[in-house]
Amino acid sequence: MFRTLFPSDWLAELDRLQRELPRFGGAAGSIRGSGRSGFPALNVGSSPNAIEIYAFAPGLDPASIDVSIERGVLKIAGVRKSELPQDDAKNTVHINERFAGAFHRSVNLPEGADVEQVAARYVDGVLHISVKRREVTKRRQVAIQ
Amino acid sequence: MNTTQETRSPKPSSLDEHNMQPPVDVVEDADGITLFADMPGVPREKLSVRVEADTLIIEGELSLPVVPELQPGHVEVVVPRYYRAFTLGPGVDGDRIAAELKNGVLTLRIPKAERARPRKIEVRVQ
Repeated sequence: MFRTLFPSDWLAELDRLQRELPRFGGAAGSIRGSGRSGFPALNVGSSPNAIEIYAFAPGLDPASIDVSIERGVLKIAGVRKSELPQDDAKNTVHINERFAGAFHRSVNLPEGADVEQVAARYVDGVLHISVKRREVTKRRQVAIQ
Repeated sequence: MNTTQETRSPKPSSLDEHNMQPPVDVVEDADGITLFADMPGVPREKLSVRVEADTLIIEGELSLPVVPELQPGHVEVVVPRYYRAFTLGPGVDGDRIAAELKNGVLTLRIPKAERARPRKIEVRVQ
């Protein structure tokens, strides 16, 4: 799933990827962009049988994550509450880097994705969504007579 | 004062160029410091939290379900490893850190050293 031997500056690399990497399923960038703040980070891969989507969304109640598919676009939405203390004079916030607020990301599913066969699991803060391919679109070897 | 300060060293001997830095929130109150770190994909057995000298080191390796014949398409998480280190400073007790990992969020509670807790000093008026 991961590409190794990437440059060490992960954020710069992420930024470059968001600008340059062809969106899943096509050579052009998605008109829906890459989502606000890039939360959750997404890895998308494909196997002969399914499209696998990994959303790195830590600290959520799985019941509160909204996953939907409409017209070939898979959407992941939800809200992540801040764990920082609210206006408490007794607390000092030294570092505040983690994402908080509403999020929304979309993935364009390729032709042949079977929206009736979708499985989603939330383990260790990663939402793994597996969308099966329809039988007709699977690659078949043709025997030569 | 005794705020946690980030430090670049020491780093692990290998893979030191290929780590993600987990985003963190750090809050200090009268009794200690609470640190939250986002480390999605890291199971408990692949997480390491330790204190070396005055440095708090958080490391974790991602472990995702293996899908046969998976070809990467769009990839934003490019390295399967988190690493971050902080200098603790003299005011906190590195021996009594409590750690909890839930849904990919690591929560550390670092109590203050007894002598570093704020003390109210009575001002007596003669």
